[in-house]
Amino acid sequence: MGNENRIINLLLKLHIALCLLFIFAPIAGSFVFSLNSDRFPSLPLGEFSTEWYRLIWEDPLVWQGFANTVVVGLTVAVIATVLGFGGAYTDFRYNFTGKSFYLALALLPPTIPVVIMGLAMLAFLSRVNLSGTTISVIIAHGVMCSPFAMAIIRLRLSQMDPDLEAASWNMGGNQWQTLRYVIIPFAKPAIFAALFITMAVSFDEFAVAWFVSGLNETLPVKILGFLQGQVSPRINAIGSLAFLSSMTLIILAQLLLRSPEDKK
Amino acid sequence: MEANAQMEQHSEAIVTFDNVVKRFGDFTAVEKAHFEIGRGEFLAIMGSSGCGKTTTLRMLAGLEDPTEGAIYLDGEKVNGKATWDRDTPMVWQSLALFPFLTVQENVEFALKMRGVGKEERRQRAEKWLEKMQITEFANRNINQLSGGQKQRVALARALVTEPKILLLDEPLSALDAHLKVRMQAVLSNLQKDLGITFVYVTHSMSEAFSMADRVVIMSRGQIEQIGTPEEIYREPYNRFVAEFLGSANIFDGVVQGPAGADGWQVAYEGGETILPKSELPDGRQGQKVTFIVSAENMQLSLPDSGQPGIEASVAGEEFIGGTAMVFLETAGGQELKVQKSHDELSLLNLHAGSKVVVHWESGSCHVLPGENK
Ligand SMILES: Nc1ncnc2c1ncn2[C@@H]1O[C@H](COP(=O)(O)OP(=O)(O)OP(=O)(O)O)[C@@H](O)[C@H]1O
Ligand SMILES: [Mg+2]
Repeated sequence: MGNENRIINLLLKLHIALCLLFIFAPIAGSFVFSLNSDRFPSLPLGEFSTEWYRLIWEDPLVWQGFANTVVVGLTVAVIATVLGFGGAYTDFRYNFTGKSFYLALALLPPTIPVVIMGLAMLAFLSRVNLSGTTISVIIAHGVMCSPFAMAIIRLRLSQMDPDLEAASWNMGGNQWQTLRYVIIPFAKPAIFAALFITMAVSFDEFAVAWFVSGLNETLPVKILGFLQGQVSPRINAIGSLAFLSSMTLIILAQLLLRSPEDKK
Repeated sequence: MEANAQMEQHSEAIVTFDNVVKRFGDFTAVEKAHFEIGRGEFLAIMGSSGCGKTTTLRMLAGLEDPTEGAIYLDGEKVNGKATWDRDTPMVWQSLALFPFLTVQENVEFALKMRGVGKEERRQRAEKWLEKMQITEFANRNINQLSGGQKQRVALARALVTEPKILLLDEPLSALDAHLKVRMQAVLSNLQKDLGITFVYVTHSMSEAFSMADRVVIMSRGQIEQIGTPEEIYREPYNRFVAEFLGSANIFDGVVQGPAGADGWQVAYEGGETILPKSELPDGRQGQKVTFIVSAENMQLSLPDSGQPGIEASVAGEEFIGGTAMVFLETAGGQELKVQKSHDELSLLNLHAGSKVVVHWESGSCHVLPGENK
């Protein structure tokens, strides 16, 4: 293309390179040091070693945190996706006065500062005697994640020809059958994407979990515990694994959201 | 109602619209629709965009509820009956095929919703795939089909429950001209074979007139005329229908007095003519009368021929197959159109600006009943 401005092009490329550098350099660094035998991260590197991975593998605390994270993540993903689907379908299906207010309210949680959210959750959950339990983390994360699920599913439903639903009714499908055989199949890629993304958000969420988890700490909260105790390359190893699992979930979600009509 | 008077009496009606009104808020989309659809009839509903065709169809399908009036389907009043409890399948303008299902699954859908078992579903769907000649695409995805193939899937999907009535909302509007004609033939034959009722919404006159037994013409929510294509073409009810069909010249005249035993002398701007009494049985002197003369019934002569008629000059010409439409302008500014064969026109040797005399036989005048009450 002849009409592209070279300087703008160059600046854009530089911008992307810098972004990638700042995002990935620390992660890459921590990955490299997680495989380094030295106790402190310094150059030149020592020998290649999987020692730190072995240590976390053998640490029951890490396993406990990991188990909590997985239980919370899976449950939250399901709950948040169901709630998000409900919200998105309500928006698609019904028109009522105050709908924009309802939508704003439903999509609000991610914009609340996490510290405030965490404190509020703690105050509320301790009132109802749930603070410090795994359930409390699930509730808090469910609230935080469902807007993500709703946004993703809402986007998908907005691409649906409204005649599809009417066509299903017209062919003898009642509202439940239509939901089951038309709306959900149509939204399926977005529903899976929402599951993966909400799971990833719950995996990574630290602040609120720190407030409400009590003894049932999730992995990020555990990591903070480690950091406060001692600096150890184990952190690098855990970080690398956490990064890998989150990335996997996000990439899966991205693949699902990419024009779902192309495959089948 | 006027429409009522023209309503052809079918021995057995499958659908009755009894003074049906549909309003969206303050806006009236359908106004006092009152007509019947005969069993096995091919009825076309025609009109320009936004006139309420789809709304009428959706009320019949149970996707909208009438604000006033009643709709009877097979003798039963169906106001308030959910669409999934009726058997009124619709072929959608957007086709509305399910993109996440294969062709076969799309066709089976209505049976599945009705709880038909797997094996029977497959057999019945296959029968319709075969009928629509799309068996080879059974396992394809919807977006791997051409426009015409999708069309056939939509038909198979709607017909798989073997309904008594099929509703079609501009099903051919997305197809190119050639395919449109082919699908028209498919639809026509299908309707004859099955013997079921088709209600076909379109804004194309050629589609409606070539396929339908009767045509409903709507404008802004009102039904302007119902009749067979011949009736509507030869005897449009009012000015709207005549203008909509676009093939007639409309004159506003005043009755001068009797002309012989069976005619009226009528003056209009630019000339006089004789209207047959049969067209205006209870005419009287001074009465205003609006009548039409269709373009093909108009004759052209050169001014020096001495033929009485309206003088006009040629404004332009348009080819319509073996004939041409000549557009004329009278001294009074009225636009006229005359349809003639090319042979006849070449004898007159016309060009833009040529002066001609337009005349017609009194028998070719038709009074618009809707304008003369
Ligand atoms: N749900 C609705 N709410 C409000 N107005 C509506 C609704 N559905 C239809 N209308 C209005 O009713 C009128 C008739 O609509 P309808 O869809 O029946 O027209 P149509 O004859 O099918 O037109 P087209 O040829 O463009 O499809 C239009 O003016 C439309 O804007
Ligand atoms: Mg329409």
